[in-house]
Amino acid sequence: MPLVYAGVCSHAPGITGRAHLAEPAQCDPVHAAFEQMRLDIEATKPDAIMVMAAEHFANFFMNNMPSFAIGMADFYDGPIEDPDWLNIAKFRAPGNRDLSHRLITEMMNSVDVAYAEEWLFDHGIAVPLSFLTPDWDLPVIPVNINCQGPPLTPLHRAWAFGEAVRRAADSVPERIALIGTGGISHWPATPDSGKINEAWDRDFLDRWCRNDKDALLDYDDLTVYADAGQGGFEIRTFLAVSAAARGATGTVRFFEPVPIFAVGCTVADYQLDEVAP
Amino acid sequence: MSLYYVQKFLFEINRSPGLQEQYRTDRRAAVAPYELTDEERAALIEPDIGKLFVLGVNGQILMHFAAFHQIEWADYLQQMRDGVEAYGPVREGVYAITGYEGTDAHTARIRKGAD
Repeated sequence: MPLVYAGVCSHAPGITGRAHLAEPAQCDPVHAAFEQMRLDIEATKPDAIMVMAAEHFANFFMNNMPSFAIGMADFYDGPIEDPDWLNIAKFRAPGNRDLSHRLITEMMNSVDVAYAEEWLFDHGIAVPLSFLTPDWDLPVIPVNINCQGPPLTPLHRAWAFGEAVRRAADSVPERIALIGTGGISHWPATPDSGKINEAWDRDFLDRWCRNDKDALLDYDDLTVYADAGQGGFEIRTFLAVSAAARGATGTVRFFEPVPIFAVGCTVADYQLDEVAP
Repeated sequence: MSLYYVQKFLFEINRSPGLQEQYRTDRRAAVAPYELTDEERAALIEPDIGKLFVLGVNGQILMHFAAFHQIEWADYLQQMRDGVEAYGPVREGVYAITGYEGTDAHTARIRKGAD
């Protein structure tokens, strides 16, 4: 079954954890955008949601850091952060070990993927899913791309990974919704937290919506770090979704810089039905 | 410099209720198994959030250690700024890639680039 949904969204912990510090006029539209994304995904009747996130040293550390990792379990617990700090109660999300196994087996034909039969969700996955599957009733396939511990996954490999995700999704009968989470420019958890390079973000989103591979791969880490912070490294998840969308063009459903959330809050998706599967 | 082991201790204490309990009762014993310099050990025991940032600890690890110590978000950010002021630029790790310019200079440069 071809991929039924491909989109991206922010995952900053402040979106839930510091919601009480934001003005309602700032916070409410962000949460409403996530609710619309939930409805859009629900309308595609997915059997599972694959969440491609940039993990933050919750499961993977520099003692053994994979470029790509995929969960292969029947359940996942979270959040690993203090539930009060993140403002997300402890949960157990369903997985689908068999589906993960089939997807990983297919992907391994073209990319080297680590798999994990245990995975504690951090905010990179928990924040979006707290909006998108608030009852934790949709099987999740967690995916990580190394956006945190240099040397980072090269951008062109993130693209190849996205292509492999698409081939794998197309090879199974289940209906899979794919979301990439993270970015865009931000300086999370640093003295520059709250800084957002809106011009850089809008230029990136323009490239993302056009699904312009050359333009999306035309970044280097030093420039990204200088202009978009270490949070900008998370464009890898967005790029992988672009590759998985296989030529579809996209629409930004919501973009608004919210400094107290430390990111330009983003919801966007690709129109998959405009290209042949 | 043994940034890897500083971060490894923080990674493990962030995940482990047992290590958190040990740290609460005997901080020196909790950090003892890790290959640390005296400066790193002292920063973890105090804790000196600003020093840990300057040593190069990734904020995605450090912010949870600050939360563990009940340090509010705004205070956490300020303690890192104070650390840069007191101890100088970040010495190692991802934030040392291009040299840390300081918040104001960095913001000004980005705004100039956007014009």
